[in-house]
Amino acid sequence: MPDAIKKLPPLVRHLIAIVVIGAALMAVNGFVEGPKFGQYRESILIFCGINIVLAVALNIVNGFTGQFSLGHIGFYAIGAYVTAAFSTYGHARFFPGLPIDGSSPSIAHEIVPVFVLTTVAGLAAAAAGLVVGLPSLRLRGDYLAIITLGFAQIIQVIIRNIKAVDGATSFNGITRGDTTILTPHLTNFLWVYVAVAVILWVAYSLRFSTHGLAFLAVRDDEIAAESMGINTTRYKVIAFLISAYFTGVAGSLFALYLPSLSNDQFSFVRSIDILVMVVLGGLGSISGVTIAAVLLTTLPEVLRSVDEYRLVIYPLLLILLMLTRPQGIFGRDEVSKTWLKGQWGALRGVFRKPSPSVPLPPG
Amino acid sequence: MHQFTEQLLFGIQLGSIYALIALGYTMVYGVLKLINFAHGDVYMVGAYGGLGAAFLVGTWLPSHHIFTAGLPSPIGAVLVLLCAMAICALLGLVIEQAAYRPLRTRAWIAPAIVLGAAAAYIAYSIAADANRNPASCVAIALIVWGAIAWILKTSQSRRTATVSPRLTALITAIGVSLFLENFANLKSIFTPDPRFFPTIVNIPDPARHIPRTVSVLGVDVSLETMLIFGLSLALMAILTFIVTRTKIGKAIRAVSYDADAAALMGINTDRVISFTFMLGAVLAGAAGVMVTSLTGTAINPYIGVPFGLKAFVAAVIGGIGNIPGATLGGLIMGIAEIMVVAYGSYIGVPDTYRDAVAFFLLILILLVRPSGLLGKFAPEKV
Repeated sequence: MPDAIKKLPPLVRHLIAIVVIGAALMAVNGFVEGPKFGQYRESILIFCGINIVLAVALNIVNGFTGQFSLGHIGFYAIGAYVTAAFSTYGHARFFPGLPIDGSSPSIAHEIVPVFVLTTVAGLAAAAAGLVVGLPSLRLRGDYLAIITLGFAQIIQVIIRNIKAVDGATSFNGITRGDTTILTPHLTNFLWVYVAVAVILWVAYSLRFSTHGLAFLAVRDDEIAAESMGINTTRYKVIAFLISAYFTGVAGSLFALYLPSLSNDQFSFVRSIDILVMVVLGGLGSISGVTIAAVLLTTLPEVLRSVDEYRLVIYPLLLILLMLTRPQGIFGRDEVSKTWLKGQWGALRGVFRKPSPSVPLPPG
Repeated sequence: MHQFTEQLLFGIQLGSIYALIALGYTMVYGVLKLINFAHGDVYMVGAYGGLGAAFLVGTWLPSHHIFTAGLPSPIGAVLVLLCAMAICALLGLVIEQAAYRPLRTRAWIAPAIVLGAAAAYIAYSIAADANRNPASCVAIALIVWGAIAWILKTSQSRRTATVSPRLTALITAIGVSLFLENFANLKSIFTPDPRFFPTIVNIPDPARHIPRTVSVLGVDVSLETMLIFGLSLALMAILTFIVTRTKIGKAIRAVSYDADAAALMGINTDRVISFTFMLGAVLAGAAGVMVTSLTGTAINPYIGVPFGLKAFVAAVIGGIGNIPGATLGGLIMGIAEIMVVAYGSYIGVPDTYRDAVAFFLLILILLVRPSGLLGKFAPEKV
């Protein structure tokens, strides 16, 4: 690396890296598969991105602070429905120039609506996160898991009862006069990539900062952390808010991609999907969770021909994983050069003959 | 007032079922500190087991003409119930041995047998769906089985725990639950089609002038309701007897109080834990048969989910780990749910919110009493 780049502040370096990687991916998107990547492949990429955002966000709560939340699907639903409602009912007022069918002529046309919609969705989800987090973070372990699960179920039942977004059926937008106002289909590879870059940057900055150490302290031993002067409640709420915000953003991107929203896309099973990504990657490992999210999003596509068995293979893998490697594929480690070296050594250890055990001397 | 009593009795009927399932959650939590998320699915397997038993009984004991319009035999009904309970006991044992015990003791044989068999079955089905020849299907299945056994054997000896064992157990339980549901949902197992119980207890019998209802507190109560309530009460009484009066019950209480000390006193804790699982599973299985046969609800692979979730909430409301608490919590949940359906619209809560009521109650009670109504609060020791 040239010295000139090394001397730059970390934020600028990260931005350069993000732009370079993004440009490379765009180039792949543009050139390898002809003019377009193909809608099917692009949709897989987009869902990979959304799942990365979800999994890394959940990892901030479950992996960093060790607070077990089963309720993030509720924030996801809030993000999605807030976006859908906002863009449907406020389309004419807020985005007058934007065509409703997603045929936006340029990035400049998209940048404001995407930014506004994801921010609003994220803030709504974070507000809900505050409502959930403040009372329930008094509880620990299993009880927290139960109460967050309860909140997610309540959010789902409430959405099902809101007539304005057709909660009980699927939300397709509304008809005014002779046109149907739909959610603009704004999510594309670029915006998902930006969201992934932002969440990864936020997660890394959090993890390797003083606050990050406080998170880890809360995870490892809450009482010890408390006695060292760490305000554990504050850190738990912070983690919950950040996590809920990005989960809402992911929901927003999801809503902006699909032509309609339905309530069963936000069920308990989807919550488990994300949890599996986090656990498979390794609670606390950002790179591990990212890799797991990509793996588990593409795996069903690979298994498309045996779709019926996908839902059986999933839990079986989960049980097997817990029995053999409860810390996840990558444990708490980040994938790095030293990590790869260590893994290589461990792999050689597996296949090497175990050294004969020395019997204890008598007496 | 008349209508209110009627609704109250409905609530008690539903509540006694919740209580029956909640007892399984609470006992397992009491001895193992594990939320057994798969418990609701044991209820589902119990319903299917009862259904299968009903067909077998109908085939083997035609003199009891279980499916005819006449009076089905009470012996047949009891046999069906006992069969379902036995199947669930076996299932509880297998779940504990294959999924939860290895987390505690690093055994690998039981999970290698069960998980390997399941994985081999799935591999075989996938290969068969792809129209391969049978020999290669079997070969693929065996390879998958061997691979899983090898992975389990090698990893169990060199495992280092860095994640809280509680978390690991919770995720495993979720995995077992999802596995049971989706495995039952496969076309080659139970299929997603809803099924209905044949009439095994045909109470209104005009030939013998048995009335359809009995009068309680001036309200006509159907005999099905009475039967559900009575059977639940009897099962709970038996459970209380086992836990408080027998030797194994004493061992369960000892393990629940302090597992390590109990082991030092010569109690085989693993056997006690297995027995607790079987006891809970038996109750869930009985509940499954009772609900689906007496109220005529459809059976499908996902029926255990709402019941399991609500019964679990009931256990938490009453104070998880506490047996009277589970009964109390179950009754509260059942009555609250029925009351919301019956009277909620008067206070602006439409009955579409009935599923949210359980969780709303849960949050409310946990915020006031973090360890449930009858649970005792244990401050964390350093």
